[in-house]
Amino acid sequence: MLDLTYETPKIKTIAGAKHDWELVIGMEVHAQVSSNAKLFSGASTRFGAEPNSNVAFVDAAMPGMLPVINEYCVEQAVRTGLGLKAEINLVSAFDRKNYFYPDLPQGYQISQLYHPIVGEGEVLVELGDGTARKVRIERIHMEQDAGKSIHDMDPNMSFVDLNRTGVCLMEIVSRPDIRGPEEAAAYIAKLRQIMRYLGTCDGNMQNGNLRADVNVSICLPGAYEKYMETQDFSHLGTRCEIKNMNSMRFIQQAIEVEARRQIAIVEGGGEVEQETRLYDPDKGETRSMRSKEEAHDYRYFPDPDLMPLEIEQAWVDDIAKALPELPDEKKARFISDFGLSDYDASVLTADVESAGYFEAVAEGRDGKLAANWVINELFGRLKKEDHDITESPVSPAQLGGIIELITKGDISGKIAKDLFEIVYTEGGEPSEIVEKRGMKQVTDTGAIETAVDEVIAANPAQVEKAKANPKLAGWFVGQVMKATGGKANPKAVNQIVAAKLGL
Amino acid sequence: MSIDQNTAAKVAKLARIKVEEDALPALASEFNTILGFIEQLNEVDVEGVEPMVSVTPMRLKRRDDVVTDGDQQDKVLSNAPDAREGFFAVPKVVE
Repeated sequence: MLDLTYETPKIKTIAGAKHDWELVIGMEVHAQVSSNAKLFSGASTRFGAEPNSNVAFVDAAMPGMLPVINEYCVEQAVRTGLGLKAEINLVSAFDRKNYFYPDLPQGYQISQLYHPIVGEGEVLVELGDGTARKVRIERIHMEQDAGKSIHDMDPNMSFVDLNRTGVCLMEIVSRPDIRGPEEAAAYIAKLRQIMRYLGTCDGNMQNGNLRADVNVSICLPGAYEKYMETQDFSHLGTRCEIKNMNSMRFIQQAIEVEARRQIAIVEGGGEVEQETRLYDPDKGETRSMRSKEEAHDYRYFPDPDLMPLEIEQAWVDDIAKALPELPDEKKARFISDFGLSDYDASVLTADVESAGYFEAVAEGRDGKLAANWVINELFGRLKKEDHDITESPVSPAQLGGIIELITKGDISGKIAKDLFEIVYTEGGEPSEIVEKRGMKQVTDTGAIETAVDEVIAANPAQVEKAKANPKLAGWFVGQVMKATGGKANPKAVNQIVAAKLGL
Repeated sequence: MSIDQNTAAKVAKLARIKVEEDALPALASEFNTILGFIEQLNEVDVEGVEPMVSVTPMRLKRRDDVVTDGDQQDKVLSNAPDAREGFFAVPKVVE
């Protein structure tokens, strides 16, 4: 397999009043496991249900209820770990993270602080300009989601819905290897892509199924390198954590705004305080969540209701064997097997459905031509109607048929576009349409010769000019194409025109 | 380890238990007695001993990913002091 190699991206700096500053970013991404039932109860995870209808007594923390783990959720965490080339811990354990909030009826969240199920891994984050950053993953642990509080239904009351309470989240914790707002967005996009390939999380940010806490600090050029050498955090600035972001755009804005706030503090002779902050997109500022500071003494301890989670290596090996081809591998294969450019391969592997579609079209056909048609014609057409690839009215077999007609020389590229439009709007088998509607390219040289002879005979003055200036032969080619309704094979017309004019 | 009045007050606050100022010295002293009792365990040499997590060695029980529960909004809300339109209604909490 071809290994993709990339340059390391340039580090974005922000100019302060006195210095240029670099950014250091680490992220905690919360990804909801795509499961039917919750992590420790048999209630449904379905989004958008009636409030408090997807709630078991375990989720409502009724006295005496005991959690029983959903094995499928464990499998998805392991699968995600393998997808991030991470170490899988055969023994992990659950801890209680204690805090009070109305949407947390237990008074604690079951999480994995001391012994997470997944250890160190890494993700290659491409930035689209031929550079990529390798981001180290520190750990992935499983935990329960909290419920949802709605504050705007009543002036004096908050309304609580426990449907989300107890749904399984994977918290993916990165090392502080992300060096700018664009890299942060690209990192989330890559995690999302990998998890969608694996089928472990649907990546729907709007529904909150993928959200992130972003840790931001600033440092002077050179300090980060010292940290990387020693892994000693004292080389880096004090970080602030921006909580609960579920939009790529806001994440980038928040990082930029927060970095500028910290630069102003430090350059003004102050010190950044380590704290939790919230981004307000309307005001374009981050602000302190001081109310949370005191409560952030979580008093973790092992959950006495749950035995340690022991899994077997053979089970992990089975999951590894059933892993699908991942984006990096697929992209490398598309480049080497089909001769695609890095850019085209990225576009086609962005999601697993597009990749599958392309491969069905390219199988046994011209890969580059297939890529052009899928990206330029099909994606372009789908985008116009706001459809995604799974809603394409043109099947891979139909598009493949069009491409075959082009390769065989049966139709010209121009006619192929007309044919594509017909197949897209009316459907049908491409070769039959071509046959029935007389769209076939004229490759019969006799017919083309006749057409060329006619044009030459009708335009003696042009013939003289073309003999003096061979570039004018193009005019004859155009006339012949017009006379044949665009169906003549352009290559054959070129040759015959040149021969007849004696060029 | 010694618990002073401030620590006792903080623990009480985190546990959402109201303790009057004048009750704090006695509470701190009780904490210290409990912790002192438990600290005796530190005298035992546990070098090389695996921590025991259960009296009977058993595997964590697993469940299949099947929806077997829920659809009981009325029961879930039946103990709520205030419930409206299917939600628990609680005094306003806003960040």
